[in-house]
Amino acid sequence: MSILINADTKVIVQGITGRDGSFHTGQMIEYGTKVVGGVTPGKGGQTILDRPIFNSVAEAVAATGADVSVMYVPAKFAKAAMLDAANSNIKMLVAITEGVPTLDVLEAYEALTAKGIRLIGPNCPGLITPGQCKIGIMPGPIHKPGNIGVISRSGTLTYEIVKELTDANLGQSTCIGIGGDPVIGSKFIDLLPLFEADKDTKAVVMVGEIGGQDEVFAAEYVKTKMTKPVIGFMAGLTAPKGKRMGHAGAIVGGEDDTAASKIAKLEAAGIPVAHVISEVAKLVKARVA
Amino acid sequence: MKIHEYQAKELFRACGIPTPDGAVATTLAEAQAAAQKLGLPIVIKAQVHVGGRGKAGGVKVVTDPKQVVPVAEKILALTIKDLPVRKVLVTPAANIAKEVYLSILLDRGARKVVFIGCADGGVEIEETAKTAPEKILRLECSAKELANLPKDKLLPFAGKLFSDASQANQAADIMAKMGKLFLEKDCSLVEINPLIVDDKGQVIALDAKVLLDDNALYRHPELVTLRDMDSEDADELNAKEVGLSFIRLEGSIGCMVNGAGLAMATMDTIKHFGGAPANFLDVGGSSDPKKVVAAFKYILKDPAIKVILINIFGGITRCDDIARGILASLKELTVPVPIVIRLIGTNEAEGRALLKGTDLIPAETLEQGATKAAAIGAKS
Repeated sequence: MSILINADTKVIVQGITGRDGSFHTGQMIEYGTKVVGGVTPGKGGQTILDRPIFNSVAEAVAATGADVSVMYVPAKFAKAAMLDAANSNIKMLVAITEGVPTLDVLEAYEALTAKGIRLIGPNCPGLITPGQCKIGIMPGPIHKPGNIGVISRSGTLTYEIVKELTDANLGQSTCIGIGGDPVIGSKFIDLLPLFEADKDTKAVVMVGEIGGQDEVFAAEYVKTKMTKPVIGFMAGLTAPKGKRMGHAGAIVGGEDDTAASKIAKLEAAGIPVAHVISEVAKLVKARVA
Repeated sequence: MKIHEYQAKELFRACGIPTPDGAVATTLAEAQAAAQKLGLPIVIKAQVHVGGRGKAGGVKVVTDPKQVVPVAEKILALTIKDLPVRKVLVTPAANIAKEVYLSILLDRGARKVVFIGCADGGVEIEETAKTAPEKILRLECSAKELANLPKDKLLPFAGKLFSDASQANQAADIMAKMGKLFLEKDCSLVEINPLIVDDKGQVIALDAKVLLDDNALYRHPELVTLRDMDSEDADELNAKEVGLSFIRLEGSIGCMVNGAGLAMATMDTIKHFGGAPANFLDVGGSSDPKKVVAAFKYILKDPAIKVILINIFGGITRCDDIARGILASLKELTVPVPIVIRLIGTNEAEGRALLKGTDLIPAETLEQGATKAAAIGAKS
């Protein structure tokens, strides 16, 4: 009952010896994630948290059979780390790092896609299948196993909405933070079909914000292709034009990428949009028997 | 990051994109000197970070030497869309035989770098895209090929803008250089509107607009110096230095939140319950109590503040660190307004324990916090 990751997923950590990398590796292991090793160039052969360290992703995959790599390396080294992952047989790369130059992301995305490797992020909290596998930095205890899928461009706002769902006894199949950058590896429209095909997901909550048109394309997909209910939440109704609101991708350029315009387009596509967070659970409950 | 036309044209010259001479002037004497050096007719162009300068009277042709000073004076006295004009570019007037629109930009939807072209130049391209989308030409490029865009890829596109073979050839050459500039300086937009053919058949960039990727500025110290401090909010820039994302707004409720999405949702929720947020502030993911003190300082600079709403959902951020930052702030600073606080997530019990005995107004949920803050903000 999940998409992309489950209890059997084997994970390696790029940047495992760094401050954030080692801390969150510990947190993931504690949650029950099968972390099978890490990558720090130059530290191959050593161990950390009882896991072997490798010099490259390719070596780590060959030795451990890892499916997913999660990357915590600083922005300056992110391109090299992402290209290292592209040079392996890993299936998916989850890039947590914030502040990566856009052209670096674009080049890495091209290299990963050419190899058929899915990219989640960058600038994202990661993804979690509650009770089975947590890959990223989200707090584990707010999640609960269940049937609601969550896709979000945000981090802490996602936690807020997940907690709202959990408190309303609406568990989650998989929650994915796709990232707040202008160029991200997986968009709403890339992930909605996976939830549509997942027999244990009954509804999807889509958390968007100002900037870009991804939510609008997703709404078109939901309207024409999706049988499961989708519930929306859009942040940034009060955001002024032309200002970058924290996330590199969260900037209102024209009339089309405001929160108000997106809410109108979602509602026109039959997607109910919550105006405050407490409405999310109510809207989900009204559509999931 | 935005840079001015005159700065963008310097980047053009450095990479070989043909563009007219020009001199930037901040005073009437400088404008006069530039006009004499360049020879009339000239164009005087306001240098401000907004579109629609021409419509606002910020771009004027001068043919009469007696008019240089009065025209420059008028433009330097303008305020265009809230931005005062402090600099003008003085440049020779061109004889335009033809003009087109040409740009290269990041298409986030397609995850590609694309050239956009339109045979109608000098127009507002967003308008054309809506009213006559068939007139917009697109050419997608991969990040990898930008360093060396092959001419056979560019020529067919350039040929649709210019039927003359020599002009198409010059335009393709300019496109290759735009691609290289886009890559080397980490741009998110390089726009030439209009790209013209002059009376000698030369293809020239008459205007220049360049946007830079903020995430990549660390590797371009030479570009950081181009920032126009006059047209930026100093507090917003300084806040960035200490790891805060801060944007000032018009309302009376100061906000301190961890995470950009949640910070926006917090502002929206305040508005939903009848209040008006005074700022966007994301304290970021780390837990340094010093950042909280800095955040208080920026929020309290605004005399309109009547109440502060702190909304923290601990993840990487630890609630006890935030609480320590609040205690330090209350000790170091005078906080003359009530604080409503909603603290949840990692180490929330420790955080709440630390704040016991303070007169902070607690809230259990964001909506409760926003309601309380809006009620206080509404009192005069």
